[in-house]
Amino acid sequence: MGKLSRRNFIGAAGAAATLPMLGGPAFAKEKMKVGYVFLGPIGDYGWTWAHNKGRKQVESELGDQVETIYVENVAEDASAIPVMRDLVHQGCKIIFTTSFGYMDQTIQVAKEFPDVKFEHCTGYKRAKNVATYNSKFHEGRAVLGTIAGKMSKSGTLGYLGSYKVPEVVLGVNAFALSAQKQNPAATVKLVMIDSWFDPPKEAAATETLINIGCDIVTTHTDSPGPLQILEQRGLYGFGQGADMSQFAPHAHLTAIEDIWGPYYVERVKAVLDGTWKSADTWDGFKEGTVKIAPYNKAVPADVRALADAVQAGYKNGTYNIFTGPIYDQAGKLRVKAGEVMADKDLAVIDWFVKGVESAA
Amino acid sequence: MSLTFIIAAIVTIVGLTTPILLAALGELVVEKSGVLNLGVEGMMLIGAISGFAVTVITGNPWLGVLGAAAGGAVASLTFAVLVLQLNSNQVATGLALTIFGSGLSSLLGLSFTGRIIPVFGSIFPASLARDPILKVFFGYSPIVYFAIFMVFVVGWFLRSTRAGMILRAVGENDLSAHSIGYSVVGVRYGAIAFGGAMAGIGGAYFTMVITPMWAEGMTAGRGWIAVALVVFAGWRTGRILAGAYFFGVLMALELYAKAAGFSFLPSQFWAAMPYLMTIVAIAFISAREKTGSSAPACLGKPFLASS
Amino acid sequence: MRIKLEKRLNPSVFMLVATPIASVLLTMLIGLIVFDALGIDGIRAVTDIFFTPLLAAYKWQDVAVKAAPLVIIALGISLGNRAQVWNIGAEGQYIIGALAAAGVAMAFGTTGGFFVITLMIAAGVLGGAFWGAIPAWLRVNYRVNEILSSLMLTYVAIQVLGYLIGGPWKDPNGRNFPQTAPLAPDQTLPILFPGTTIHLGVAIAFVLPFVFWVLTARSVFGFQIRVVGSAPDAARHGGFNTRQTIWMTLVISGAMAGLAGALELSGALRNINLGFPSGYGFTAIIVAFLGRLHPIGCLIAGIVLAVTYVGGQVAQTSVHIPNSTAGIFQAMMLFFILASDIFVRYRVRLVGRPGKAAAVEAGE
Repeated sequence: MGKLSRRNFIGAAGAAATLPMLGGPAFAKEKMKVGYVFLGPIGDYGWTWAHNKGRKQVESELGDQVETIYVENVAEDASAIPVMRDLVHQGCKIIFTTSFGYMDQTIQVAKEFPDVKFEHCTGYKRAKNVATYNSKFHEGRAVLGTIAGKMSKSGTLGYLGSYKVPEVVLGVNAFALSAQKQNPAATVKLVMIDSWFDPPKEAAATETLINIGCDIVTTHTDSPGPLQILEQRGLYGFGQGADMSQFAPHAHLTAIEDIWGPYYVERVKAVLDGTWKSADTWDGFKEGTVKIAPYNKAVPADVRALADAVQAGYKNGTYNIFTGPIYDQAGKLRVKAGEVMADKDLAVIDWFVKGVESAA
Repeated sequence: MSLTFIIAAIVTIVGLTTPILLAALGELVVEKSGVLNLGVEGMMLIGAISGFAVTVITGNPWLGVLGAAAGGAVASLTFAVLVLQLNSNQVATGLALTIFGSGLSSLLGLSFTGRIIPVFGSIFPASLARDPILKVFFGYSPIVYFAIFMVFVVGWFLRSTRAGMILRAVGENDLSAHSIGYSVVGVRYGAIAFGGAMAGIGGAYFTMVITPMWAEGMTAGRGWIAVALVVFAGWRTGRILAGAYFFGVLMALELYAKAAGFSFLPSQFWAAMPYLMTIVAIAFISAREKTGSSAPACLGKPFLASS
Repeated sequence: MRIKLEKRLNPSVFMLVATPIASVLLTMLIGLIVFDALGIDGIRAVTDIFFTPLLAAYKWQDVAVKAAPLVIIALGISLGNRAQVWNIGAEGQYIIGALAAAGVAMAFGTTGGFFVITLMIAAGVLGGAFWGAIPAWLRVNYRVNEILSSLMLTYVAIQVLGYLIGGPWKDPNGRNFPQTAPLAPDQTLPILFPGTTIHLGVAIAFVLPFVFWVLTARSVFGFQIRVVGSAPDAARHGGFNTRQTIWMTLVISGAMAGLAGALELSGALRNINLGFPSGYGFTAIIVAFLGRLHPIGCLIAGIVLAVTYVGGQVAQTSVHIPNSTAGIFQAMMLFFILASDIFVRYRVRLVGRPGKAAAVEAGE
């Protein structure tokens, strides 16, 4: 069906632009400019929405020193290059490119402008003036899995995914492993809908998962649609990327919130101070990039305690859900007892753990 | 496979089917009058945002549906003026309407993102609507019943009413309809506006029933499936109903196959099926054309009467 | 009907040229009013969308790269439209063309060079032509309306793309993201001006309109297309083959869209991901109409549309209007040009038969 969906019928790859900054240096106390390249519309109530919230935090905390500029609906192809160049032309000293598909383009443009800092979200290629950053969303999934494993009556959990990329695989695995800690028999039914955003299809997939016996469904797609279905059915689910409780006051047990603001503020400050350095940042609970939204009153006290313990463990570094023994779907031992998977292995993971039932 | 399982699957299929069915019924009437409006996707999006916006503002989903119908109809009249008054090319004008609708809806939708709306209550007692078995009949939004009702209304209108006969005559042979004294342009205005209203309600089904919220590009290409459906059904009302459910079953099958862990066919195969089957269907229909097909003879052609 | 028109139109060639310009101007005017009504700086918005990309020299390359596929696809579409053959599936042909080129590139691994690139482009042309030939075959043999079949095939093509880049053609080093591996450096088109993104495909897009112009004006085939389009009965009498015209126009317009896809892949985008079908094939329909189905008109109209894309993103950062606004402007332009089409003819009829209103010609 229409893959024309999100990017819109004519939402063609676009070259972005800004007015040429003629005679810019004439203004002595000009604010430093910070650029953002966004994948979706800022009103997607998901991925881009969360990044835009981070941008707003930069404006509110450093507004007297910096000015932010963003371009939305930028396609993940070579047409992102002129967009980035334009942000440079407009005077941006640091540019955040907020989707995986901008990786090579960011590296290329960064080569042309060695004085401008670039920050690429979820990528793995770096340069002297290109840093990467990402969020350990899967730490949040571990909390959701804990709640789901404890609260599910059927022991059959649903997971609505987009594509089999490492971020989603990690999410599924963390969710399944955590649920199995509470209920060793718990299984996770996985449906990939081949899209990040298609509300009617997300809704239908959620209904499908419910119908095959899932009583709690978590989503790794961007719309609150699945939660609304769960609300109608009197079942439970979780928000994705943001607190979505307004869409489903009863079904919304909690949500993983993507909090980019503190990181953005820190990095922009570093440019202002002249201390910016390229780095690979993969933050989670500890650094505040992953946050759990307030629990629904339907979450009993003992479940809250378990969920809080997982969060606390991540915050003080004593907990990691990817600690062996971990078996894959075929029952093969992948991580030996007591071993902890390294970040570099997590970043490229492409297999599901035991108890995940999926097509392919 | 238990009965409740099958019933739950049917409920999902109905949800997937209803918006396509509504839009396709509207487009059927438009095409029967001899006009091809490819702006369905755009009208659905405009209906989706107008229905949602009216509901946000008034707090009444019934008014929202009226708003959606009005939004779709107004959008379609842009098309009608160009095509009927100025005899512009129907294909290009329809495409322009789709582009326009998707742009305008996202502009209008800016201030409605993240808002929530009151949804339709069931029109049947909860004991029926929530019953695991009986909900297969009683557990739907009023729009679903409206869509089914409209299948019969449109079928009856086209087949058994004088107005319907005139509309078909206009679509089959506009020149003779004109020479007998019927207003070809007037009939087509009515048909196009009806098509717009139906597409608008179909769009509103997304923002008001399935997932009551607004997000850019929410219809995700369903308008094009509706266009395909009219053709797939060979321009017959009953077959539109059957075809809509057939497409709905295909969409649900993809999801069920995945949920059950089958991966014998890639999901893209399922997604391409409605379009492939439509091509095959028109080939069959067109090949049999000599025996009198249901494709309106004047479809897509401009009306060239000199009055 | 059309021939009659052309005879009468001689004094109104001016109008044929003037109306597209008027459409663009009217679009600007309405945009200005609407934006002001919405509380947005209308003058700034319209300036940024329509003029900044032309005035700021560093934007020219973006406009050129964006215009190239639009112009190439529109040339093919215009050819068909002149013969009353409606290919609205150029988007699908563009996709299949790009996939064919990517397939060739993959078959050669990291080997590149002139031979491989030529082969890639040839594959693109053939791929697009094949996808265009399907509606032709269906129309000629089964009388299937090509508007519907070419449209349906676009959605099939999108699924073919999704399947290939998410399955057999997925980049093995791409961490499972649904996209093909980037082309090897030697498999990409040369850049014409170092330091810019202007690739060889842009030059092709600027030369092709003139080639088409000469061919359609001078060749028998060009004449055949015009005759078949404007007077099918006369064409039959004159011994022109309608079936052949359908085949030729659909295959050629498919080939052009395929060419555009191959050039876009090897010149600009360098790999295929889910965002590859970005709507060029549909926008090119606007280009064809705005360019009055004339090859040089397509060139100019392609640039105008490219300007609105580039300008749309200018306006996004300067006056904070959403990205989708560019689409509204493009649709308005098309509405106006379609509307003005009849005014041109209407005037002409008035001259011939004063006092008779609403005598209406076939719109194209």
